[in-house]
Amino acid sequence: MDKIEILVIGRNLEILQTVVRLINKNQDWNATGVVTDDEAIATFNLKPFKLILLGGGIDKRSEDNLCATFNSKNPDIIIVQHYGGGSGLLYSEIYPILR
Amino acid sequence: MANIVLHKAETRGNANYGWLNSYHSFSFSSYYNPERMNFGALRVLNDDTVDAGMGFGKHPHDNMEIISIPLEGDLEHKDSMNNVAVIKNGDIQAMSAGTGIYHSEYNKDRTQRVKFLQIWVYPDKKNVEPRYDQITLNLEDRHNKLQQILSPYPDDAGVWIHQNAWFYLGRFDKGISSEYIFKAKGNGVYAFVLSGNIKINEQLLNARDGFGIWDTDRFTITADTDAEFLLMEVPMMI
Repeated sequence: MDKIEILVIGRNLEILQTVVRLINKNQDWNATGVVTDDEAIATFNLKPFKLILLGGGIDKRSEDNLCATFNSKNPDIIIVQHYGGGSGLLYSEIYPILR
Repeated sequence: MANIVLHKAETRGNANYGWLNSYHSFSFSSYYNPERMNFGALRVLNDDTVDAGMGFGKHPHDNMEIISIPLEGDLEHKDSMNNVAVIKNGDIQAMSAGTGIYHSEYNKDRTQRVKFLQIWVYPDKKNVEPRYDQITLNLEDRHNKLQQILSPYPDDAGVWIHQNAWFYLGRFDKGISSEYIFKAKGNGVYAFVLSGNIKINEQLLNARDGFGIWDTDRFTITADTDAEFLLMEVPMMI
């Protein structure tokens, strides 16, 4: 079965890497992490992402621009705000969306 | 007519890793219950016991207000803002994760366990500058009265966070009663009993029960036995 592709965007590289590592502990998920808006938009075109997690440090203008871009390319894309804290909230954010 | 929700202690999620025994009032980590996701802006209420010499390694947070209340023992905190501190029973710690921080929490004591409440509240604004605060509370100020331990204001009693929230601790002798008047319209209060039994209006609560009440402007708390409890007033709309 193909893994569910998840794009994670966050400005803090160290935190981003932790989130990606935690997501990838689930064998059914595959996370790709990016820091900048340009990387996010370029990466979005490379894989069939089902879910996008918006991490910390993304300002309102970037968030609006990213959401508009992703929605225009794939109206079914699901975009969720991710709140950090190790794996504390991560699965609660992802599970209900993917059900 | 007030709305209420009752979370009995035994219905909480539980994760026992040996070194850590954690009870979750709301969905957390591997505990997922769609009926228990949050109470308004209150997202996490974990009732943690950490074995001697053990703790939480370095891990990240962002865009969350994190409050720690030690109930027993000492917990050492280190973070990426170069804060190193020990919080002990009687202290309260607040951290605004904002744009992102790393921290660790360890029980440095080799013989005594640590019990503490870990509380996460959604902030009212995202991407704030990370900050850390810790104060020691006067335990007598909660004897038979409500002691404010948290507010939205830096110049008010207790610590402050980026949210329209107020927390209170009370240690009431049996029979003592107090009226709680909400601070802000649209807020609810989630009560958590630390020890003993209390009544909120007519609802009896036992140790570690949680009880939410909203769509009202006041309620009455009565100690059914000698009791300690925490009240968390938070916005219901997030």
